[in-house]
Amino acid sequence: MSALKVYVPRDAAALAVDAEKVAEAVMAEARIRDIEVDLVRNGSRGMLWLEPLVEVEKDGIRHAFGPVGPRDVEALFDADWGEHPLALGPTEEIDWFKRQTRLTFARVGVIDPLSLDAYEAHGGLEGLRRALGMTGPEMIEEMKESGLRGRGGAGFPTGIKWDTVQKAQADQKYIVANADEGDSGTFADRMLMEGDPFSLIEGMAIAGICVGATRGYIYLRSEYPEAIHVMREAIRIARARGVLGTSVLGSRHAFDMEVRVGAGAYVCGEETSLLNSLEGKRGVVRAKPPLPAIEGFLGKPTVVNNIISLGTVPVIFEKGAAHYRDFGLGRSRGTIPIQIAGNVKFGGLFETAFGMSLGALVDEIGGGTASGRPVKAVQVGGPLGAYFPRDLFDTPFGYEEFDGQGGLIGHAGVVVFDDSADMLSMARFAMEFCAVESCGKCTPCRIGAVRGVETVDRIARGDAAAIPLLTDLCDTMKDGSLCALGGFTPYPVMSALTHFPDDFHANTREAAE
Amino acid sequence: MPPPPAPAEIETRLHAILTEHAGLEGPVLPILHAVQAEWGHVPQETLPLIAEALNISRAELHGVVSFYHDFRDAPAGRHMLKICRAEACQARGGKRIEDAARAKLGVDWHGTTADGGVTLEPVYCLGLCATGPAAMLDGRVVARLDETRLEALLSEAGA
Repeated sequence: MSALKVYVPRDAAALAVDAEKVAEAVMAEARIRDIEVDLVRNGSRGMLWLEPLVEVEKDGIRHAFGPVGPRDVEALFDADWGEHPLALGPTEEIDWFKRQTRLTFARVGVIDPLSLDAYEAHGGLEGLRRALGMTGPEMIEEMKESGLRGRGGAGFPTGIKWDTVQKAQADQKYIVANADEGDSGTFADRMLMEGDPFSLIEGMAIAGICVGATRGYIYLRSEYPEAIHVMREAIRIARARGVLGTSVLGSRHAFDMEVRVGAGAYVCGEETSLLNSLEGKRGVVRAKPPLPAIEGFLGKPTVVNNIISLGTVPVIFEKGAAHYRDFGLGRSRGTIPIQIAGNVKFGGLFETAFGMSLGALVDEIGGGTASGRPVKAVQVGGPLGAYFPRDLFDTPFGYEEFDGQGGLIGHAGVVVFDDSADMLSMARFAMEFCAVESCGKCTPCRIGAVRGVETVDRIARGDAAAIPLLTDLCDTMKDGSLCALGGFTPYPVMSALTHFPDDFHANTREAAE
Repeated sequence: MPPPPAPAEIETRLHAILTEHAGLEGPVLPILHAVQAEWGHVPQETLPLIAEALNISRAELHGVVSFYHDFRDAPAGRHMLKICRAEACQARGGKRIEDAARAKLGVDWHGTTADGGVTLEPVYCLGLCATGPAAMLDGRVVARLDETRLEALLSEAGA
């Protein structure tokens, strides 16, 4: 009899809810029953409310069970991993999963993240092999045609950025992957690195070969120990197998990379501050120009791309730019891994073509709040993103579409709040966070955030005269800050004030308290 | 006042760390992480030696160390509990967990319990935003925190 194939995720979201103990219980129970088990530690399928989501393969089909606690394992074996209250049926038939278009995350949760063979069996390295047969300018054309834009939040066309670096003359160029995913409500970078690290390695190698860079760095935040571990292992394996090194897959191109760990500064997600940090300096923001594409790491031309951007490059080269471009809406092409989080019933990573409305994401996919109370507000795009009220739920998910409503999609995190949220407190928190994390380089951010907290406190005490002052302060921060930290903190603050005015007025606040 | 000279054993170990990191592009953060991993904080007396090895001024190095939340200038408690304060965890009742932890430990943010057992730090996002409230104990992540799970976590830390 062949071994029973069991999948227990090693994604941090699963480990944080005792997946390790579940894996141990599976092995212990198998020993007692003398059943041979082939245990695969995969990434997460992204249905995080079901974690730990255990899968068992039967007749080549993976069946899901979740959320499985260590104490459920015995009964699951008793039921022969068949009928059981935790049984969810074939994983890929679960509606939440089935409704997605998984391009960037096609392998995440499916394969053992550290098996290069499994990676190749699922289309891995095909993009790189195709790229090796192309010229640099052909690769740039492919990127431009795909319509891929920076998934870190800025939405700048990736192909144009690469073009600039390719054309720059220098003895050394760099690829820097920005894995400083500090936005609350986002975890796509983490899931990709923990679930399919080779896709990032492949994407960086393609970028390096395209622009003529031989060295890459992944700047990975220290809050992600599991991702650091998996990424470092994957790089070691890729090097041993000739994917990285002096001759990438036997070609004339050299490319190698390493992981660098951040040190807990949110602002280092901003690309120029990240470069300073990587160089070993304070993570303060640099004025632009010069663009990092011209003068980046150590003053050399540098591609700085988000993890999802780079992780999407292999599938663009594997399936062709047109395949990717044909998904999407308006100028937002392809798919976007949306992270549905906060007070939501069915939270997780939902990759879909651009264009789904915010309301559909929150109500249909997310299933409304976990608390069962009405949805009050949804913050999209991390701590610098706007709070959307239900009135704006018809906004389609796209860069321009959100911009048109005074918001931003950022790194595509969607955080749901129920009606117990006090939007004045959330506005205060946005200012407080900016004050804690400001790099201190520019005055509107450094001083403005502190004054912002004080001004919100005045409003909380019933001083209505402070409301226009807060508006004015937000204008100053928005127009006068050097980077998005000070520049975008007004988004959550002003959207809270504009859409939820009752939370800011003394008489209505008292009535609520 | 200049920091006291480094004792010989610190100097020996530090020298090894500096050698390990020689040749790196941008070696400062990797060195500081290694130093903190060794001593649990970045001892003042290591700074002049690191600065000299990297040919930067002590002021510049001090600026770097003090910029980042991760680097400590004094040892933490025996256990480090980081609780996420970011929006997604707040939306899932994180504030209750924050307050309960502070009350139970009897310390505020950045504080260490009187017996030196636990240091409490805020963290802004552990990437566990759909399963919050989340925390990290000594580098291990824990999610879906409620009062019971927090209690278990604190007793694991000996508090």
